[in-house]
Amino acid sequence: MVKLTIDGTEIEVDTGSTVIQAAEQAGIEIPRFCYHERLSIAGNCRMCLVEMEKAPKLVASCAMPASEGMVIHTNSEKVKKAREGVMEFLLINHPLDCPVCDQGGECDLQDQSVAYGGGSKRTTEERRIVSEKFMGPLIKTTMTRCIHCTRCVRFADEIAGVPELGAIGRGEGMQITTYNEKEFKSEMSGNIVDLCPVGALTSRPYAFKARPWELTSTETIDIHDALGANIRADARGREVMRILPRLNDDINSEWIDDKSRHAVDGLTKNRLDRPYARIKGKLTEVTWQQAFDIIAAKIKKTDGSKIAALTGDLNDAESMYALKKLIASLGSDKIECRQDGSAVESSSRVSYLFNSAISGVDETDAVLLIGSDLRREAAVLNSRLRQNSVNRRMNIAYMGPKIDLTYRVTELGDDAHILQDILEGKHEFSKVLKKAEKPMLILGRSALSRSDGGAILKLAHDIADKYGFILEDWNGFNVLHTAAARVGGLDLDLTVSGGIESIFAGVKKGDIEIVFNMGADETDLSALSGAFVIYQGSHGDEGVRYADVILPGTAYTEKSGLYVNIEGRVQRAERSIFGPGDAREDWTILRALSDALGKTLEFDTLGELRAALYKEYPAFAALDELPSEKWCDFGVNAALLKEGFILPITDFYQTSPIARASSVMQECSGIMYDSPLKEEAAHG
Amino acid sequence: MTLNLVDAGAFEFSPENKKWAAEELKKYPDSYRQSCVMPYLHRAQEQNHGWVSIPIMEYIADLLDMAYIRVHEVASFYSMYNLKPVGKHVIEVCTTTPCWLRGSDDVAAACKKELGIGFGETTADGEFTLLEVECAGACVNAPVIAYKENYYEDLDEDTTTAFIKSIKAGKVVSCGPQNGRFKSCPKGRATTLKDFAPKELLKAQDSKGSDK
Amino acid sequence: MLADKDRIFTNLYGFEGTDLKSSKKRGDWKNTKKLLENGKDWIVDEMKTSGLRGRGGAGFPTGLKWSFMPKESDGRPSYLVVNADEGEPGTCKDREIMRHDPHKLVEGCLIAGFAMNAIAAYIYIRGEFAEEAKVMQAAIDEAYKAGLIGKDSCGTGYNFDIYIHRGAGAYICGEETALIESIEGKKGQPRLKPPFPANVGVFGCPTTVNNVESIAVVPEVLRRGGSWFAALGRENNTGTKLFCISGHVNNPCNVEEEMGIPLKDLIEKHAGGVIGGWDNLLAIIPGGSSVHMIPKSICDTVLMDFDSLRAEGTGLGTAAVIVMDKSTDIVAAIARLSAFYKHESCGQCTPCREGTGWMWRMMERLVSGDAELEEVDMLLDVTKQIEGHTICALGDAAAWPIQGLLRHFRPEVERRIEEFKKSKLNVKLG
Repeated sequence: MVKLTIDGTEIEVDTGSTVIQAAEQAGIEIPRFCYHERLSIAGNCRMCLVEMEKAPKLVASCAMPASEGMVIHTNSEKVKKAREGVMEFLLINHPLDCPVCDQGGECDLQDQSVAYGGGSKRTTEERRIVSEKFMGPLIKTTMTRCIHCTRCVRFADEIAGVPELGAIGRGEGMQITTYNEKEFKSEMSGNIVDLCPVGALTSRPYAFKARPWELTSTETIDIHDALGANIRADARGREVMRILPRLNDDINSEWIDDKSRHAVDGLTKNRLDRPYARIKGKLTEVTWQQAFDIIAAKIKKTDGSKIAALTGDLNDAESMYALKKLIASLGSDKIECRQDGSAVESSSRVSYLFNSAISGVDETDAVLLIGSDLRREAAVLNSRLRQNSVNRRMNIAYMGPKIDLTYRVTELGDDAHILQDILEGKHEFSKVLKKAEKPMLILGRSALSRSDGGAILKLAHDIADKYGFILEDWNGFNVLHTAAARVGGLDLDLTVSGGIESIFAGVKKGDIEIVFNMGADETDLSALSGAFVIYQGSHGDEGVRYADVILPGTAYTEKSGLYVNIEGRVQRAERSIFGPGDAREDWTILRALSDALGKTLEFDTLGELRAALYKEYPAFAALDELPSEKWCDFGVNAALLKEGFILPITDFYQTSPIARASSVMQECSGIMYDSPLKEEAAHG
Repeated sequence: MTLNLVDAGAFEFSPENKKWAAEELKKYPDSYRQSCVMPYLHRAQEQNHGWVSIPIMEYIADLLDMAYIRVHEVASFYSMYNLKPVGKHVIEVCTTTPCWLRGSDDVAAACKKELGIGFGETTADGEFTLLEVECAGACVNAPVIAYKENYYEDLDEDTTTAFIKSIKAGKVVSCGPQNGRFKSCPKGRATTLKDFAPKELLKAQDSKGSDK
Repeated sequence: MLADKDRIFTNLYGFEGTDLKSSKKRGDWKNTKKLLENGKDWIVDEMKTSGLRGRGGAGFPTGLKWSFMPKESDGRPSYLVVNADEGEPGTCKDREIMRHDPHKLVEGCLIAGFAMNAIAAYIYIRGEFAEEAKVMQAAIDEAYKAGLIGKDSCGTGYNFDIYIHRGAGAYICGEETALIESIEGKKGQPRLKPPFPANVGVFGCPTTVNNVESIAVVPEVLRRGGSWFAALGRENNTGTKLFCISGHVNNPCNVEEEMGIPLKDLIEKHAGGVIGGWDNLLAIIPGGSSVHMIPKSICDTVLMDFDSLRAEGTGLGTAAVIVMDKSTDIVAAIARLSAFYKHESCGQCTPCREGTGWMWRMMERLVSGDAELEEVDMLLDVTKQIEGHTICALGDAAAWPIQGLLRHFRPEVERRIEEFKKSKLNVKLG
């Protein structure tokens, strides 16, 4: 710790803090443009200059390490004059086109100009004009507004790990651009719009759509992957205009990926906004009552044991719970959430969670990635791991087909048998694991969705056991799910023996006659064509193809609901807008249907539903808490397949009904995504 | 400054340059291969008729494990890398104050007149490119022109014209001062180092030291 | 006037050859082994005794600078970097050392490198100096061959390499941390300090960056003794110095002289006097383009050393004397420098990137007088807004020539504005 004095207040800060951080701690605001606490220090904007006693010149507080006995003045005349000077320099070549700038109203330059500027214009010279730079479908550039803080360049290098941005030329001719004006090919690209302190980089899809003061913000949770990134949905009227990240150090710090941010237009397209029923082979609009009548008629004729249910990737826990209750009341216990065919078991929570917590990737010193394509399955997590890997030159080993994770990995090969070698200590990487203090493994979907998934699970379990992954305050056994609803589904024990395949087989054999599909769209459902299928969901996607009755549900921005992320952390999404047309919050549909079936569920409000849920599954009551699960045995002893891993996501931008409905995501998929995986998928 | 990149055919170092490039790498620590980017750009520019194309940047980036944009940043930052094609003869006229005080305006005018082009332009036949450069660092021999890694010094309108004409004729005048003086020694008279100076610089000529 | 026997750069003009043999004849590489055997501390102490102040412009005591280097390695090697990115307008002294006395620099690198425990020296030569780089490389190759450097340099058991790294046209790389960035294959953008190069320099290792002249005088200073050097010049401004005299003099030239020589003597004795005589003098920029100009009244008496020039509100800088006689358009002369700084700003930090362009545009208008009288104060204010607020000294360097102009020639600037107004009025009336 070091003690220093800032504006007459003595404060103590951690050794290694900078003056700007110390000031922040003391509650003293120092203006800045280039400084950002999650990026390396550039010190180039000079807005944060402060007076340091005994120094001949003002010093940049963002770059100056706080040291014992330092005396700092942040508000002296000299400092004020310097700030006015910097503001003036920044503005002489700034177009001042605030009325037509999307950053207007939430612009650091505007705000700081008011707070620290000189208030008058002295220059009569012509302003610099800089041509726009193409950066891809998500980023609109107006480079004349750029103040060259290089936050975007540093983000690309350091956080995204896709070093495609730079400042070319020099002096007043320096320009920020992507290499040769190609698109910025990062799943995290949208974050540079947030980072840009001016209106140089703005959101292309959101361009000229709204002014910040017209928007109503709702703090909620993202559902495009299983991380549960904290987001803010900004709505105007009945439309979510944009999604922005919220700060949560434990999960997404302040980043979100481009799908979480920009799939938002998918909320208005391909929506199921009224009930439908297949009448004489054709899907026809019906009223809610008609839909319920058709379902009731069918169910009345069918034995409860012949009813099964599937849940999807985006469901909130409440609706899954309600569905489980509903089919139970009809006499069925066949409800399955693992539409990816994963071998995870719901019996022990420790076997399907990301036990180290997301923040564990900051601490780990050796990582074994087993068939997990972090970059596409959890982009924000990937960049977090990347930072650790770059900062500590950590050893990350990867098992699976060749991919670019944006950092160096040790390629172990594309063969699960290597796990056997590692376990037996016969592999080079065994040594790394043995030496590591906080080793972790990450089991990806591709490893667990294979028919030998149980055996891989077992091997991973044993490796974790053998190499000290399980310590008193550390559990490095991690499963990476890709679906926001999955952990919640497993917590609710929505599994049947044999998984989704057994339901398909049941339909084929005639053992199952009715399938209630709540939002399962990510797998080939043609096997359901023999059954009477009720589809409840928000979008017209894979699920509706085989549906006999369609019940229009709501998307994640249109309801309050609980989601459990990979860590087992329960978070609550909140309603930002109402669903379109006749669409209803999902639990209310099930509640109304239960009435129509004469099996009324025992809750009338969401509060009552949650109370029942908490009572039966207490884990859901622990909002925003990180669980700590006891280590135990799991997995099965079985032979391994010879084949390699098949990574599940061939197109990052097209992984959910919302994303597939989004024209922005479709454009991204077309322009940005020339991954070899995608080409392989297209050709294979 | 050129920001828009010009594409051109594929690029690869010549066999000799490949050998040279491998040697060059040894000058720097293993983890700083990037240090070679400037020497490589110089050499590639030389091999590529005086300018750096997109394929060159990407070739060098690949050789040195650099991101393309990092090479582009370097190539566009330093003024000696030409990011578009230049003429066979590149004439660089220094016009910074010390040269200007000694008549670089006349030198520039002579070049423009003799070549029929302005600064930053290339003659239609692709023979000459005329560039204005900042301080060449030969100020006591001002005004100065840089041409093919040599300095032509102590120029005036006439000697500049003669110099350009000599290039056109394929018999370039020898580099260095064009007014007969000995390098950066005071003209006509060594005031120091008399033990070393050639005889003709030791004559007493205090009475008429002026050369202008 | 400095006696020839006290001159260090005896081949300044290239009267003789640059090869090893010729150089040895002039005294280079004499007893180098013994100098090294005297030990690091002795070398650093002798350098401190000599009073040598850095010859690159800032004038920081060289011996002291070396003593900042870690005595014991923490596992990282140390490096010497020689700043041969000579580009300060008016300055062309290092060029002479490299093309005419290269062995002085090679030997200096070895001794300085030894004193700071460096494993290698990188000589960063501006890209335009192709010939100079060739001569330097030839001298380095000779020295390797003769066993003077490389493995077991001079038979001392010390291993030391010297490499040349060529620049590519960026004045800013003369700033030591920009130069380091450039060696690392990046844009020449100055680094934030701290950390200082002695702690984290090139390749993340302890580094000292010295000017060519500072290093090249080292062998001779050590051979003759620090006190010999200290006895020349004035206290705190010791030794000999290379001066570059350009502009409106009869015989522009480089010359080695004693520190503290009167400016007038320097010009009259070596450069053949001001064109048209001393009375035709308007002003002089005494230390390279970055320092304030001084009018004739100061030139009459001022001594050429760090402290004397500082006392007159200017500086010795690189000792590049730019002479301007009464025919000079003084405003245009400075405007041209403003253009230079605008061209050479790296663009990294705000005040310099935006300010150098703004100042230049105003200066261009002041040349013709197309401005308002209030703008003169505003221009001065803008220079103050840049000065001291940038990452490196280029901002200051761009500000000072203008401040110097306005301090000494403000009436001329204002006269042009008034005249321009009148002429416009006349046009309107006519």
